[in-house]
Amino acid sequence: MSFVVPKETFSGKVLAVDFGKDDKKITIGGENTLPFLSFEGECPNKPAIAYEIQDCPPDDWPETVLNVYKDVSSDTVTWAKYCQDELKADAIALRLISTHPDRDDRSAEDTAQTVKDVLAAINVPLIILGSNHIEKDANVLVAAAEASSGNNCIIGKAQEGNYKTIVAAALAHNHKLIAMSELDINLAKQLNILITQMGFDKTKLITDPMCAALGYGLEYTYSVMERIRLAGLAQNDQTMQPPILGDVGMYVWKIKETIAPEADVPDWGSIEERGIAWETVTATSMILAGTNLLIMRHPKAVENVKKTIDELI
Amino acid sequence: MALTGIQIFKLLPKTNCKKCGFPTCLAFAMKLAAGGVEISACPDVSDETKATLGEASAPPIRSFALGTGDKAVKMGAENVMFRHDKKFVNPCAIAVNIKDDAGDDAISAMAEAVANSEIDRVGQKLRVDAISIECVSGDSAKYEAAVKLVAEKAPETALILNCKDAGTIEAAVKAVADRKPLINGTTDGNAEAMADIAKANGCPIVASANGLDALSALTEKIKGFGVEDIVLDSGARTAKDIVEHNTQARRAALKKSFKPLGYPVINSAIRDDAILEASIASVAIAKYASIVVISSIEKWKTLALFTQRQNIYTDPQVPMQVEQNIYEMAEPTADSPFMITTNFSLTYFIVSGEVENSKVPSRLAVMDCEGLSVLTAWAAGKFTATKIAQYIKESGIEDKLSHKELILPGQVAILSGALEDKLEGWTITVGPREANAIPTFLKSKVS
Ligand code: SF4
Repeated sequence: MSFVVPKETFSGKVLAVDFGKDDKKITIGGENTLPFLSFEGECPNKPAIAYEIQDCPPDDWPETVLNVYKDVSSDTVTWAKYCQDELKADAIALRLISTHPDRDDRSAEDTAQTVKDVLAAINVPLIILGSNHIEKDANVLVAAAEASSGNNCIIGKAQEGNYKTIVAAALAHNHKLIAMSELDINLAKQLNILITQMGFDKTKLITDPMCAALGYGLEYTYSVMERIRLAGLAQNDQTMQPPILGDVGMYVWKIKETIAPEADVPDWGSIEERGIAWETVTATSMILAGTNLLIMRHPKAVENVKKTIDELI
Repeated sequence: MALTGIQIFKLLPKTNCKKCGFPTCLAFAMKLAAGGVEISACPDVSDETKATLGEASAPPIRSFALGTGDKAVKMGAENVMFRHDKKFVNPCAIAVNIKDDAGDDAISAMAEAVANSEIDRVGQKLRVDAISIECVSGDSAKYEAAVKLVAEKAPETALILNCKDAGTIEAAVKAVADRKPLINGTTDGNAEAMADIAKANGCPIVASANGLDALSALTEKIKGFGVEDIVLDSGARTAKDIVEHNTQARRAALKKSFKPLGYPVINSAIRDDAILEASIASVAIAKYASIVVISSIEKWKTLALFTQRQNIYTDPQVPMQVEQNIYEMAEPTADSPFMITTNFSLTYFIVSGEVENSKVPSRLAVMDCEGLSVLTAWAAGKFTATKIAQYIKESGIEDKLSHKELILPGQVAILSGALEDKLEGWTITVGPREANAIPTFLKSKVS
């Protein structure tokens, strides 16, 4: 018996989506096979990583990652420039967390100015995220979309409860859009359908099936992503072909494994490396399941995931 | 090729004697084809048929143990490419490599660290499963001494003997034969000598070749020498090789019934940088390795890998459950808020995460509802006023609280009246419908 490489070819293809401008533009997606299986198909674009920054100091981030940005995070623009110039970020994800009613409840107008200031200071592609408050995001993201008009940003996240106004704003200002649902392939599909029914081009969509940290439901995210990919590729389900987002940092840097000092949990080892490894392994697992775009926080985790990606292509 | 039920039926005695526990030979044949029973259940089948069926009905990926005793690790026996189809069966063993020239102190320290690496995570005992001893000295006596030292300091851990020289391997295997070490170092050139050693000592063997084509030929050759417990080493070095080779080998075994690759896989994830090594090891764990070899076992690294392995190998069909308990967050006092939810792990993770985020000291009762989420458990009659009341009363929580206020998930607000009737003296407060509103809610409770 001699070995024949068992190849599978799929009728479907992940949509290629670009964001940003000029020579800094990034394209994600475009593959017609499962992640990194280039022996049987095309994987034209590698997964991209955006550094997460916020529009207010990240007081709620644990020390390991807080310390990295302690000299720059009091000013959003400085922070953005630091990521671009010092950390060589390929893209930046600006989370407008201060708009959350439980945080500073900053107004949409105030926030729009921050978006403009950040855009003026950087030339890498920008992802603009709300605070994940359904009602408030509907206002904030509309203002942010307008403020960033013409910059080919990714804005999000549009959810079932607020997608209409956000989709309209992305459409009007020619942005890409993240559609987020909670760990259920059918909900993800449903939301993509609702959004495209509004006339939004499916080639501008990015699916966020909701991330989960290693040890905190990672397996659900992993399997939902694999199933979305298979639906898009093997069944050629057109509604399941947008690239996938893994919003890793925010889920990782709030769990006990990234917060508890070694003195409290001697069996878990060094808190610094533990946190970085946690974000790294979570992100690596996500790209193996099909994630095309990662949002991450710690530079060492980003560096190691990038090295892993370079080994994978 | 696996046989169909009808093909198997043709080989059976067709007497319908029922001794196998099935009403007819056909029913038994169908069950055999589906993989639910063993051919030995039929006492009247001929030896010839047994041999035919044994070959055909062998699992597509051979299963055997790494190591001996309680801490032996089962490998192989996988049936699917994707974990959402069916549970991945035998979790990837994590092995650490040590060089025989590292010095006695370093070797002892590593072996002891492995022997003491066990931790408990969500009710499972997790540990570094194996030690690979690599021969770099080229000195047989030195190698044997290193192997013996590891065996002594880590008396229950599985051993992998990594050496290409058959003479050196023979002496080392004999020294620890009772541990059934996995012999790693067999290539096309030394296959016969290595297979003889494996056979004489009842040890499994790693077949190492460059690429799957050469590897298929090598496993057939080793099998021809009488050794069947084979582990595949395709020479994968980069993460890409790991993903591609492992995917191809598993596909060939499962979908093409290609026997020469129907074995467990070993991958090396060794890198200079410890975090990168963790990342590459996680690639191997997610993508079908049965053994992954790393170079160091910092506690943070093994914790991350144990956890990832646990996640990947969780049964997707059984909702992951959290143990019924009243969990304390941020050192609550008798006055702290007291909430309840169900034991669906995702519900628990999300709710407890938000409670922790709020930094408000609280208690969270997690009630056993067979792993169902709040609404589903309510709909299934498992999260009802009567059952909640009973659980609260029996939990003994009343002694720990200065108040009698229970916060109910907003999704089951409908239960609050009935629950107040059943839980005498208690006030039932309806909490938020969505978990992300919990921090605001809790802060307002204590301000
Ligand atoms: S024991 Fe064998 S002969 Fe008897 S019914 Fe079962 S399969 Fe048929």
